[in-house]
Amino acid sequence: MAARTIDISWMHLALAGALVLVAVAISAWQRLGLARGFVVGAIRAVIQLVAVGYVLVYVFAAERWWLVLVVLAVMLVAATATATNRLSGVPVAGRRKLRTISGTAMLVGAGLTLAYVTVVVLNVRPWYEPRYLIPLFGMIVGSAMNGAALAAERLASEMESRRGEVEAYLALGAAPARAAAEPVRRALVASLIPAVNSLMVVGLVQLPGMMTGQILAGQSPLLAVRYQIVVAFMLAGSTAMTSVIVVLWYRRTFFTAAEQLAVSVPL
Amino acid sequence: MGDGQESRVSASPASGDGPRAVGSTPLFALRRVTLERGQSVILRDVSLDLPRTEITALIGPSGAGKTSLLRLLNRLDDPSSGEVWFNDQPITSTPVGALRRRVGFVFQKPVLFPGTVADNLQTAVALGGPAEAGGAPRAALVLEAVGLTAEYAARETAELSGGEQQRVTIARVLMTRPEVLLLDEPTSALDPEVAEHLLVTIRRLSRERGVAVIMVTHRLHEAREISTHVVMLEAGRVVEDGTANGIFSAPTHARTREYLAAAD
Repeated sequence: MAARTIDISWMHLALAGALVLVAVAISAWQRLGLARGFVVGAIRAVIQLVAVGYVLVYVFAAERWWLVLVVLAVMLVAATATATNRLSGVPVAGRRKLRTISGTAMLVGAGLTLAYVTVVVLNVRPWYEPRYLIPLFGMIVGSAMNGAALAAERLASEMESRRGEVEAYLALGAAPARAAAEPVRRALVASLIPAVNSLMVVGLVQLPGMMTGQILAGQSPLLAVRYQIVVAFMLAGSTAMTSVIVVLWYRRTFFTAAEQLAVSVPL
Repeated sequence: MGDGQESRVSASPASGDGPRAVGSTPLFALRRVTLERGQSVILRDVSLDLPRTEITALIGPSGAGKTSLLRLLNRLDDPSSGEVWFNDQPITSTPVGALRRRVGFVFQKPVLFPGTVADNLQTAVALGGPAEAGGAPRAALVLEAVGLTAEYAARETAELSGGEQQRVTIARVLMTRPEVLLLDEPTSALDPEVAEHLLVTIRRLSRERGVAVIMVTHRLHEAREISTHVVMLEAGRVVEDGTANGIFSAPTHARTREYLAAAD
C-alpha cells in the first residue's frame, strides 16, 4: 500500500457507534419499533465482523490451500441457505430440492467465475492466495445468490400464473421445455436485470465498496477502477451462469416424467 | 412427433370419413381407474368403455369427476391406480406428445397464445416438429370448419369475443389432425345463442371430418341435442352408460331419473 491508512482504535470505533444511536433515537421518536433491531443489529455486526476479521487473519497467516477452500465452502453454504430461506410459500420438500439446485448452480456459476478471474485475469500466485480468493468469492457468490433467489422465485410465480397457458401447450403435444419457455424467459430476465442495471450505473450513482476500500487503503484510483471493472464483469457472468442453471433445473420439478404439470389443477 | 402418422394409420381403421363402425373395439377403455388428489377420491374404481361413436357426452353434477376423467384421456393426468386403454393398447404405450396430438383437448376457458389467430394455428403445427411443417394452407380450411372466415387469421386473439376465442382454440387443436377431440364444457362461458352455434359446429366437425368427440357438459339439453352416447357420473362413479336415446327416454338408474328430472 502506497500511502498510510489512518488506524481506527476501539475508542474511535465507539465514537462511530454514535451514528447508530442517531438511528435508534429517530426510531424511538417516530415509534418505528426498530430501536431494538438497530441495537441488536449493531452488536451483531460488531461481533460478526470482528470474528470474521480474526478468521481472516488466521487464514491469511496459515497459507494452507485447503483452509481457503473450507472458507469458500462455508460462504457457499451460507449463501445457499439465504437464497432458499428467502422464498416463502415453497413446501419443505420443494425447499430441500431447491437448496440442492441453487447450491449446485452457485458452485458451478460462482466457482467457474472465480477460477477464471484468479487464474486467467489476475494470474494470482499461489493459486489459493486468500487475500484475493476470499473477498472476490464473497462478491461473486453474493450476486449469484441474489440471481438464484430472484430466478427461482420468479419461475415459481410465473409457472403458477401461467398454468393454463403451459397446460395448453402440453395439450397440443409440446414438450415441457417448450411449454414453459415463456416462464423460463421471464424468470431469467427478472434475475439478470439487476446485473445489467448495475453495469449501467456503476461509478455514477455510487462508488462500489471494493473500489472505495482500495482508495481508502491508499491504492491508485486508476488501479482501483480496473479492479472494479473486473468485479463488475465477473458479477454479470456469475449471475447469468447461476441463474440459467437454477431456472432450467428448477423448471424440471414442475413437470412429471409423463409431461404433466406436477401438481394438478384444482379439481 | 415423427411416429404420429404411422401409428395413426394402424391404430384407427375407423377414423376415416363417413360413418364409423360402432361395436368394434372401444376407442377408450378404463379398467378399475381410481384417481386420488390428496385426501379426496375423485374417481372410484371406474371401468368404462367409450365407443367409437360420433359424440359422447359426459354428464353429471359438478364435482362428479367429469373433467378429471376427460383429462385422463390425453394424459394431462394419470390415474392413481387402474389402466386406461386407447385403441386397444395401453394409453402409456404411445409417446405422450404424439398421443396428445391425436387426442386433442379443448379447455373450458379458452387459452390463446399472444399474437394473431394465424400465429396460434401455426404454433400448433410447429409443435409437431419438422415432419408436420407447412400447415399454412390448412389454416383457412380449419377456420372454416369452426365457422370462422379466413380473414380471422390476421386478427389479434386478444380482440376476439369469448365465442370466437373458443372457436379458435378448437381450430388450433384441429391443426394437429386429431382423431379424437376432448371438449371440457366448451360452451359454459358463452351466452345461449353463441353456445348453440358452437354445438352445431361441433356436430358438423364430427360428422364431416370423422373426429370422435367426447364432451363434458352440465347442460343436459346440450347432451340431448348432439350426443349419440351418454355417460353419467356421480361422486366419482359411473351411474349410467348407454346410447343417448336410451338414457334420455328410459334411464335405468333411479339416480339418473332424479338428475334428469331436476335438471329439466
